Amino acid sequence: MSKKILEIDNLTFNYDGANVLENINLSLNEKDFLAIIGPNGGGKSTLLKLILDILQTKNGKITINGQNPTQQLSHIGYVPQNTNINTSFPIKVIEVVLMGHISDKKPIFGYSDTEKACALGALSQVGIEEFANAKIGSLSGGQRQRVMIARALCNHPALLLLDEPTASIDVNGQKQIYELLKELNKHMTIVVVSHDISVTLNYANKVAYINKFLTLHSNISRFSTTPQNGHFCEVELMQMFRGKNV
Amino acid sequence: MFEIFTVDFMQNALIAGTIVSLISGIIGSLIVVNRMVFLAGGIAHTSYGGIGFAIFFGLPIFLGASIFAIVASVLMAFLTLKYKERVDTFIGLIWATGMAIGVILIDLTPGYNVDLMSYLFGSILVVETADIYTMLGVLAIILTVVIFGYRNILAVSYDSQYAHIRGLNVGLFYTLILVTSSIGIVMTMKVVGLILVIAMLTIPVFIAEKISSSLIGMMIYSGLISTFFTIIGLMVSYNYNLTTGATIILVSVVGMILFLVMQKSFKILKEEILLK
Repeated sequence: MSKKILEIDNLTFNYDGANVLENINLSLNEKDFLAIIGPNGGGKSTLLKLILDILQTKNGKITINGQNPTQQLSHIGYVPQNTNINTSFPIKVIEVVLMGHISDKKPIFGYSDTEKACALGALSQVGIEEFANAKIGSLSGGQRQRVMIARALCNHPALLLLDEPTASIDVNGQKQIYELLKELNKHMTIVVVSHDISVTLNYANKVAYINKFLTLHSNISRFSTTPQNGHFCEVELMQMFRGKNV
Repeated sequence: MFEIFTVDFMQNALIAGTIVSLISGIIGSLIVVNRMVFLAGGIAHTSYGGIGFAIFFGLPIFLGASIFAIVASVLMAFLTLKYKERVDTFIGLIWATGMAIGVILIDLTPGYNVDLMSYLFGSILVVETADIYTMLGVLAIILTVVIFGYRNILAVSYDSQYAHIRGLNVGLFYTLILVTSSIGIVMTMKVVGLILVIAMLTIPVFIAEKISSSLIGMMIYSGLISTFFTIIGLMVSYNYNLTTGATIILVSVVGMILFLVMQKSFKILKEEILLK
């Protein structure tokens, strides 16, 4: 039996009195690849924020590697949803990646050689080391997404969370990002929030549909048989999920 | 034209102008990348309350203004972190309250006929040697904070949410950025006054932003550009007998327009060469 990475137990979260998430149960093992789908406002990002300890709730429990999220933050990699904010900020690609090292023991000023080497390594892992000294704003959306993934890889996470990583990228770029995630999945558990059902289904081994409640499907191969190139109709798929357990 | 370098009080003004330009280049960069220009304006105006406070209690002006600026920036940091979406209301509030306190306290000070204008538009020409030491001290404090806190300040400024996830105390560093900026703002006010301080904090940074690819580069460029504008402004104001603070700002604006025009034409020229 493989090791449990993430365990969510009976979690309920309310915002201004209304429940956004209700009775969420979820368990992820080492090297799982979970895709989270669901309508806007269904609570997908809220769940990520709870895992990341940005939001807290007293109802229910989240454990990562058997501990509170607070104690395990250094083992979580996070790629935020919108990577197009702050593009005029004067910061080099490598400096963005170096943010991943922030809580490490650090030299009196600047960055240590080990940190720099590690950041360059992360950049080459995602295939864009040649842009290390470019300004972040000069990169394309897809390249910027890779930078954010490299930043998340800096602390060698056991769990990598991505919030709609392909939202602002063209189809070709999306495929490359997912191929990259497939590679990374060999070493870590991955959770992706995505609207892109067809791509997600080809890579994930678990799918969670979240709309206040969570419905988990572990054996998803039967869904991903037909559409190899064309896009799966999201609505259709959600109906399939709804028909099942909700 | 160049006699200003030999006149005594102008020498002081030039030295003070240069130090303050370096200060405003550094904190201006922090203020612009953190999108807190309006907040900086609020703190500048609040510190007028501190000026009134200092006059009423017979304290040094810089001390009074700094105390008010620091208290205001700690308060604003707390409010910004807690009620992000209402921050503009709070800025308006401290802005006006600080000014009102200043005016009333000066009213209440018996027999004091204050030259309000020098605080509104700056008084670099009456800088004394003691002021220059204060300015140097403030520059040293700001440099220390920026050099030793660079990576954390950069992280909080660029992506505070991610910095939080990586375990950084975002509130602490945000407050540090604001407090450091606030004492720099008080210093900059000495040169251009509290009304024009915003321009001195933003125009050089706006130009520097276009030519730098890192925050530290932006600070250095802003400091140098600001120094250049301040010296030219001083020379122009001396020769034509104009208000110094306002002249420095107008020189900066003209400089910015020239830069933008040059940048645009350079771009067009480059494209034409590429087309050929």
